[in-house]
Amino acid sequence: MNSLTDLTIARSRDGLDKGDFSAVELAEAHIAAVEAARDLNAFITETPELALERAMASDERRAKGAAASAMDGIPIAVKDLYCTDGVATTAGSHILEDFTPPYESTVTQNLKEAGAVMLGKTNMDEFAMGSANITSYHGNVINPWKLDDGKDRVPGGSSGGSAAAVAGHLALGGAGSDTGGSIRQPASFSGIVGMKPTYGRCSRWGMVAFASSLDQAGPMTRTVEDAAIMLQSMVSHDKKDSTSVDQSIPDFAAALTSNIKDLKVGVPKEYRLDGMPGEIETLWQQGIEWLKAAGAEPVEISLPYTKYALPTYYIVAPAEASSNLARYDGVRYGLRVEGDSLDEMYENTRGQGFGAEVRRRIMIGTYVLSAGYYDAYYVKAMKLRTLILQEFQQAFEGVDVMLTPTAPSPAFAIGEKMDDPVQMYLNDVFTVPASLAGLPAISVPGGLSDEGLPLGLHLITKPFDEETLFRVGGVLEEAANFTAQPSYLEGVA
Amino acid sequence: MTYLIEGETGDWEVVIGLEVHAQIISKAKLFSSAATEFGAEPNSQVSLVDAAMPGMLPVINEVCIEQAVRTGLGLNAKINLHSVFERKNYFYPDLPQGYQISQFLEPIVGEGVITLDMPEGPRDIGVERLHMEQDAGKSLHDQDPKRTFIDLNRSGVALMEIVSKPDLRSPAEAGTYMRKLRAIMRYLGTCDGNMEQGSLRCDANVSVRPVGEKELRTRTEIKNINSVRFVMAAIEYEAERQVKIYEDGGSVVQETRLYDANKGETWNMRSKEEAHDYRYFPDPDLLPVDLTQEFVDEIKASLPELPDAKKQRFVNDFGVAVDDAATLVADKETADYFEAVAESGNAKLAANWIIQELFAVLNKDSLGIAESPVSSDDLGKLVGLIADNTISGRIAKDVFEVMVTEGGDPAQIVENKGLKQITDTGEIEAMIDALINDNPDQTQQYRDGNTKVTGWFVGQIMKATGGKANPQMVNELLKKKLGLG
Repeated sequence: MNSLTDLTIARSRDGLDKGDFSAVELAEAHIAAVEAARDLNAFITETPELALERAMASDERRAKGAAASAMDGIPIAVKDLYCTDGVATTAGSHILEDFTPPYESTVTQNLKEAGAVMLGKTNMDEFAMGSANITSYHGNVINPWKLDDGKDRVPGGSSGGSAAAVAGHLALGGAGSDTGGSIRQPASFSGIVGMKPTYGRCSRWGMVAFASSLDQAGPMTRTVEDAAIMLQSMVSHDKKDSTSVDQSIPDFAAALTSNIKDLKVGVPKEYRLDGMPGEIETLWQQGIEWLKAAGAEPVEISLPYTKYALPTYYIVAPAEASSNLARYDGVRYGLRVEGDSLDEMYENTRGQGFGAEVRRRIMIGTYVLSAGYYDAYYVKAMKLRTLILQEFQQAFEGVDVMLTPTAPSPAFAIGEKMDDPVQMYLNDVFTVPASLAGLPAISVPGGLSDEGLPLGLHLITKPFDEETLFRVGGVLEEAANFTAQPSYLEGVA
Repeated sequence: MTYLIEGETGDWEVVIGLEVHAQIISKAKLFSSAATEFGAEPNSQVSLVDAAMPGMLPVINEVCIEQAVRTGLGLNAKINLHSVFERKNYFYPDLPQGYQISQFLEPIVGEGVITLDMPEGPRDIGVERLHMEQDAGKSLHDQDPKRTFIDLNRSGVALMEIVSKPDLRSPAEAGTYMRKLRAIMRYLGTCDGNMEQGSLRCDANVSVRPVGEKELRTRTEIKNINSVRFVMAAIEYEAERQVKIYEDGGSVVQETRLYDANKGETWNMRSKEEAHDYRYFPDPDLLPVDLTQEFVDEIKASLPELPDAKKQRFVNDFGVAVDDAATLVADKETADYFEAVAESGNAKLAANWIIQELFAVLNKDSLGIAESPVSSDDLGKLVGLIADNTISGRIAKDVFEVMVTEGGDPAQIVENKGLKQITDTGEIEAMIDALINDNPDQTQQYRDGNTKVTGWFVGQIMKATGGKANPQMVNELLKKKLGLG
């Protein structure tokens, strides 16, 4: 094992500050790791030259005692839906295969200004639609966690490439995006921390849109503290995004005090699903005990509209997606497949440019917005969304944080659940409600499944209360003491 | 005066509703900072947002919101403090996003009214709503034999769609409505109303029904008409076409039609079956527009005087005839011009001179009032010279002619050409005395009761003075002299 790639962001920062190693050395170690791990298919585009350039600039800043932030010189992986100036941005789709934006997304610009060193653009489900990273035009990402059965497992999705990069020690942190669980579920599957801030904390400007009212950027890291440090360099109020919120930004890392005494932890009983594997239930129970032991008070709460969250999500998100993806029409940029008429050109371009899952969601979205179905589907879903939000607001009058499992199962083998979209959609059953309500949430590794695959615990707090989220997350992390390493790391050691 | 179409089965009434697209005057587009100037090089005023690049987001231009509210207030309409931008989804190459951001269920402006000055009296036409939306780009089909080019300069430009109620009953009313709406927006400074440049476009919904029938019949929509004259002509053609269909035993099909100005005909563009399902839904990239009453009140307080109020003031304060006042306020520049001329002290005279003399000159050369060869200042001076009897109306016409062709200060022209009216009673009296002495016959005729010869006397004096004698004074003196003599 290469020790520089085994550090955390916090310890790398300390090492850089003390001069134990340079940003260039740190970058080189990670560039080598990325190259060595191409079999994971975590990256769509590697940017080693750019990384070294930024690492050098970082070293120069530090030499002058002018490090830009705690992220200065930290090698990160960026999900391929962040538009990056001069670097191909595909969103995992054939239709954007050759697209290179002449602009930089606000979140990656913030990270860049903070001094972060981008190693490349990571693989993802096409247009962030998927929970297993199997819908990417660039192929499956392979989870660094393997069992003896020889089967490759999915890293979760849609931020599967970033998850695999962080879990496989190819990057210290990953920029992900979460629409219904796309940061948290892969974090759970990959044994890392994945955090989605409050909707509006991060600007969506320059992020390829999936579902605008749900999409939110967030960090994927190996520790809760790292997530706090990285989030600090991602958030901003951005006038270019009307849904970005002008809210004071606290020092997230400073919130990790370990003190959760008397904090009320809501345990929503509706999250106890029929047929949920015992190992999930057991871990959840364990999580409650850990928090109790740290002085918090578990409270059983009821969120009866929870059962409508997933169907609501699968109306709202495809509806927005069907409209958001209309711009990929072969006219101005991206793929164009000619035809004998304009309509044929559209059909050829979009038929060949989009994969099956994206086409399915465009069809669903188009259907639920159509005349005659709009009221029955879209309007009803929006009403439910309001009810779900109100239900959370009410519940948060009595509790400070909620604890649930992140996903209903550990990572499954590539090829499983492929023929049943609804089974696949169930992966997000615990993460979707917080997305619909725009609430901050985090997945923290809690332990291993019976077979030895990582499982995450999921925390949700009130809007803009990321501090409590990190504080409780830190306590869970400490209690869980999750030190297991993916077998992939042993393999390359 | 009612406009009816005489058919073989009886008289038909035409029912018209207009949807007017008015480009908002603003430096930047509705959701981007790109410029909106007319006539720029193709694709030179296109931001990343206008081209719908991946990840780009719209941000509302507050100036456009203000302009829409201002227009709504100018139409005496209800301002909705809460309004919502939605997406109207359809595919077209000049629509980069694949949807148009528009307002649908919750527009920024609700019901209002526009009063038309028709020959038979004022007519109130209801405004159903005003909503904001972004314009599409332009497809250029004539640049290449095989390919269509796209110009995105217009893409994202802010428009107001102003929808009337189906209250209009004749092509003339439709034309007057267009002109009045345009005048109001020009007064407000919210739309330049330039139809040739496309900053004002009109869709006309037309149906017909036998006189007396209460229900509305199927309508057709004539899209994208770009002049007031064509609006009127298209409606006239379309109404007659529909009457003929009914009278031939057919029925009108709901469809979208286009007007061919060269042929003076409308033709089918797409039928109801081919109509798009626009799948409107609230744009998740934008927050609802929530205005405060103070914001609206502030705009209201800053509204300029509008045509109706101005007309009333011209009638009340200046004693201008109602019809003349209506003519003068039809556009703001004319009204301003009039007020400047009226400062000469005689507003009625000023109105007459503008409407009769000046308009004749302007119409002859198709000039706007801004391009008038005679400034309001100079015309005011001329009217002043008439009003204080320096020159007669007849002489004034000669002076005006010089002002139009050569320019110059009217007083100076009068001075140079020696056109000053003779108001010296002694001089005129002497001339009359001589005339009476030299023409005993005419004098006798008058004294015998034939007062018509007064005209002859006046004519002689005017001739002798080259028209410079004050006719009124001549008349009075004549009466005195002939009566006394």
